[in-house]
Amino acid sequence: MVIKILGTGCPKCKMLEENAGKAVAQTGTDAEVVKVTELNDIINYGVMVTPALVIDEEVKSAGKVLSPQEISAFLK
Amino acid sequence: MKDWKKGLIVVGVFIVAYFTPFGNERIINAIIEAFHMLQDYAREHVLLCLVPAFFIAGAISNFISQGSVIKYLGAKANKIVAYSVASVSGGVLAVCSCTVLPVFSGIYKRGGGLGPATAFLYSGPAINVLSIILTARVLGMEIGIARAVGAIVFSVIIGILMQLIFIKEEKEKMENGNLFIQEDGNERSLLKTGLYFFSLIAILVFVNWGKDENIQIWNMIYKAKYFITGFFLLSLLFMLLKWFKKSEIKAWVISSKDFALQILPLLFGGVLVAGFLLGRPGHEGIVHQEWVVKLVGGNSVFSNFFASIAGAFMYFATLTEIPILQSLMGAGMGKGPALALLLAGPALSLPNMLVIRSVLGTKKSFTYISLVIIMATVSGLIFGKIIH
Repeated sequence: MVIKILGTGCPKCKMLEENAGKAVAQTGTDAEVVKVTELNDIINYGVMVTPALVIDEEVKSAGKVLSPQEISAFLK
Repeated sequence: MKDWKKGLIVVGVFIVAYFTPFGNERIINAIIEAFHMLQDYAREHVLLCLVPAFFIAGAISNFISQGSVIKYLGAKANKIVAYSVASVSGGVLAVCSCTVLPVFSGIYKRGGGLGPATAFLYSGPAINVLSIILTARVLGMEIGIARAVGAIVFSVIIGILMQLIFIKEEKEKMENGNLFIQEDGNERSLLKTGLYFFSLIAILVFVNWGKDENIQIWNMIYKAKYFITGFFLLSLLFMLLKWFKKSEIKAWVISSKDFALQILPLLFGGVLVAGFLLGRPGHEGIVHQEWVVKLVGGNSVFSNFFASIAGAFMYFATLTEIPILQSLMGAGMGKGPALALLLAGPALSLPNMLVIRSVLGTKKSFTYISLVIIMATVSGLIFGKIIH
């Protein structure tokens, strides 16, 4: 499983990345957290409001900092 | 930070410390001016104006569904709607300067196309809540309103011009693909959300109510301002307890705090620089006032044009354009050129020109930048004429 965090580097993006890391640790999922910072790549997902969460190439949320619990729900 | 960068900074600081003639009266005076200006901001603007403004910005980023705005900017949206939404949505979508460029390229590539995208890019930074509030507060109501109205009107004109100039290329380009739009389940009714925002804004407005002996109603409100503010504070508290979940309140406080932490250091830095270079209004910093008057005084075509160009290339961190402009105006800058700089400044800077170029390509970026400079000059000229 690949979790991608889309964001150009604002504080909210970092928070989402941290929370994703926590979610992976808590659920013990075998997943890799990758950051996508290139603007054109972000747009290719159709996302305009960062930070966004992409799991296995599917956009799950945009413009929000999800809590570790909310992210865990996607991992199951 | 890379080691060589750190080294460079250390060497730079050393050279400045070694060679600056701190005994020189002009420099002593400029340094003192810088701190006086910082104190003015700390005393006049932080508690009553900026703090409520940060809470409003935090509320917008949490409780207004951005998806519901973005859906009007999609490829299928009606053109007139797309332009109007693009020109005003900066107020909601550009609260954090880091969202302006993604939204812009999203509208360009996946949504309404070049016109609405450039309209958004131009107006966004100028009409975000924080800048409007602080512009009106520090530089005066007239300029605050002129900035918002000018940005909205001219963004539509620039957008339409861009679309017309590149009409052929645009037709061929239209990429397919959808935007990811997240509609949040709305738990509160529109009325409740509306009342909540109304109390937030009312607190900001009434706590800052100024005195005016000539208008009786104005004065009555002035005398009662703390009661009115208190009333809205209590109703806000009531709404928070009644209608909001604990987690929502927490998210709101956290994002308000984030805005403050992100913006205040930059703003204070900008205030120090402005104070050092130009001094408070009525005082002089390191730069001679005659120079300012010569370049951007009055309301000539040259001073408006110069202000637009300078604003377009200079980088202003969020809100720092305001203290810099305050000092410039104090030193003799005309109101027309001031507006020109406000319109061209935050919309463009050398770093963001590079990003825009990577999205639009050289030709379109150049056209866009020229249009911004021309439009800012024209708005400055018109505004300068009206004010006189």
